[in-house]
Amino acid sequence: MTTRKILIVDDELSVRGSLEEWFREDGFHVETAEDGNRAIAKMEAGPYDIVLLDLKMPGMDGITVQRRVREIDPGAAIIILTAYASVETAVEALKLGAFDYITKPVDPDDLSNLVRNALRQKELAEENLRLKEKVSELIQSAPIIGGSPKMRRVLDTIRTVAETDSTVVIRGESGTGKELVARSIHAQSKRRFFPIVAVNAGSIPETLLESELFGHEKGAFTGAQYRRKGKIELAHGGTLFLDEIGDVTPKMQIDLLRVLETKRFTRLGGNQEVSSDFRLVCATHKNLEQMVSEGAFREDLYYRINVFGIEVPPLRERPEDILELARFFVEKYARAMGKPLRSIAPAAEEVLVRYRWPGNVRELENAIERAMVIGQGPAIEPGDLPLHIESGGGTEPAARSLAAVEKEHIERVLQEFDGNVTRAAKTLGIDRATLYNKLKRYGIRR
Amino acid sequence: MPVPVHVALLNGYAPRWTDALVSGIADALSVPVEAFPVELDTVVAFAPGRRQYHATLLLAALLRHRRDPAAKILGLTSMDLFIPVLTFVFGQSQLDGPGAIVSTHRLHSEYYGLPPDEGRLVDRAIKEAVHELGHAFGFVHCPEADCVMRASTYVEEVDLKASEFCSRCTRSLEEAGRR
Repeated sequence: MTTRKILIVDDELSVRGSLEEWFREDGFHVETAEDGNRAIAKMEAGPYDIVLLDLKMPGMDGITVQRRVREIDPGAAIIILTAYASVETAVEALKLGAFDYITKPVDPDDLSNLVRNALRQKELAEENLRLKEKVSELIQSAPIIGGSPKMRRVLDTIRTVAETDSTVVIRGESGTGKELVARSIHAQSKRRFFPIVAVNAGSIPETLLESELFGHEKGAFTGAQYRRKGKIELAHGGTLFLDEIGDVTPKMQIDLLRVLETKRFTRLGGNQEVSSDFRLVCATHKNLEQMVSEGAFREDLYYRINVFGIEVPPLRERPEDILELARFFVEKYARAMGKPLRSIAPAAEEVLVRYRWPGNVRELENAIERAMVIGQGPAIEPGDLPLHIESGGGTEPAARSLAAVEKEHIERVLQEFDGNVTRAAKTLGIDRATLYNKLKRYGIRR
Repeated sequence: MPVPVHVALLNGYAPRWTDALVSGIADALSVPVEAFPVELDTVVAFAPGRRQYHATLLLAALLRHRRDPAAKILGLTSMDLFIPVLTFVFGQSQLDGPGAIVSTHRLHSEYYGLPPDEGRLVDRAIKEAVHELGHAFGFVHCPEADCVMRASTYVEEVDLKASEFCSRCTRSLEEAGRR
């Protein structure tokens, strides 16, 4: 069991000394501070489970200290201690989020109960946070569909690697279901009762990614009003899924390598080391070996993460899975939309199987969702499918307007970059504002 | 070599059950125990407003009367003890330190309006003495319901626990070579 930490803030030496001994005997790690400034300095080096805070101190008063303590660590339970009972200050302290308020001298039994309850509440709040992560993970998880030999091989590999604690790199084109594979690994691993926390490195700017992964202390940057745990810390006990690892900047690659080797890191703006026991599963659609040879990806990090590799095949290489997947999505959207289940007409089946699916399973899912929205009959007909799919094989019909071609091309590029406008605009050679205008004009949803 | 325990009978307090206390401590800790009287200057420890004695200051005074630096010393008193911030304490010790102090003031059934019960008083005094000495031997509170190191903030809790260490605490006591 982790030793619980308590900070006693009181200007009276005898109070600090006696409480320190009292809580040490109770198994706490105890620190004391004789005034507000020292208390804040200790909090910054924290964290503490409980802060016992005297309300009347020379210099900075208890309410101000309480406000600062809450800003630094909103998770610490604050118990206000005072020799002077005052309803007004008690109400103010409680409004500011103090767990409770007691007047000195206090009955030993009351103090024990108060501290026990404060710890219980703190544990429940932390458990709640973990459960929320777990629930969001369960909501997002879905089975991996496909009985083709290639997918069976993927499923076999997932079973093999899930039992280990090694780092895994999942490769595959955009839309092939790399995150689904990561979630499946986590769900079959011994870490399954802890959260899987997903971060997409490709969709977050470097500065934000750093804070997202490592968390930050209060005041680490403009707008950092509170201490915030990063995804690495939240993944403690579970799995960190880092999507698009090929997009991680060289500086972040160094930080990641260090965390992987030591399982320790510091939050942004902090100097206290935090440890996290997590398993890393990452994914990329890029060629990491080529990036290593070009110097764009650190070789040491590459070898550190590439313990197991899983290649998710593009949909065009497993056409036998297309109809099984299509039926799965029909059921999924019928349920979600409260509509009756529809079959897929033989002609539509033929179209689906013939098409090359450059956007892979994601594109197929979108096509079926669209067909379920616009189609009215008992079966999905070719006409319910997007025009470029209906026309077959990704080949372009000759007589089409320039606008139709542009719309379709924008849709494809957006799909390629998972709806990331900045990267799509860069590839298309236009600025983001222009792309936004075109999206609006063509009614394209990201 | 077991660490001996010296029981200091403070300021003339020498209950007739002192021998039972000495045996109880010796049984629980498996150490040699010896009792002798000690006179302390209690003036600085007395808080007139509370009509109680500051346990930390009394303990500090007691430590100045140690006969053997290798021994743990336990002060036994009938004075009502407190530490600032708390209304009272049954006893006080220094974790992994040289000594402890225990008061019988709130261990008497009469304090709670009940008829005198010497058997119960002796039982409570042994438990509190072993508990505070346990802290001096480096033990923190134990969650086991019947362990003498379980925290007890009111007298009914003292009655509920045993005067011995639980099996886990006994093991660590043995591993530390303290008995």
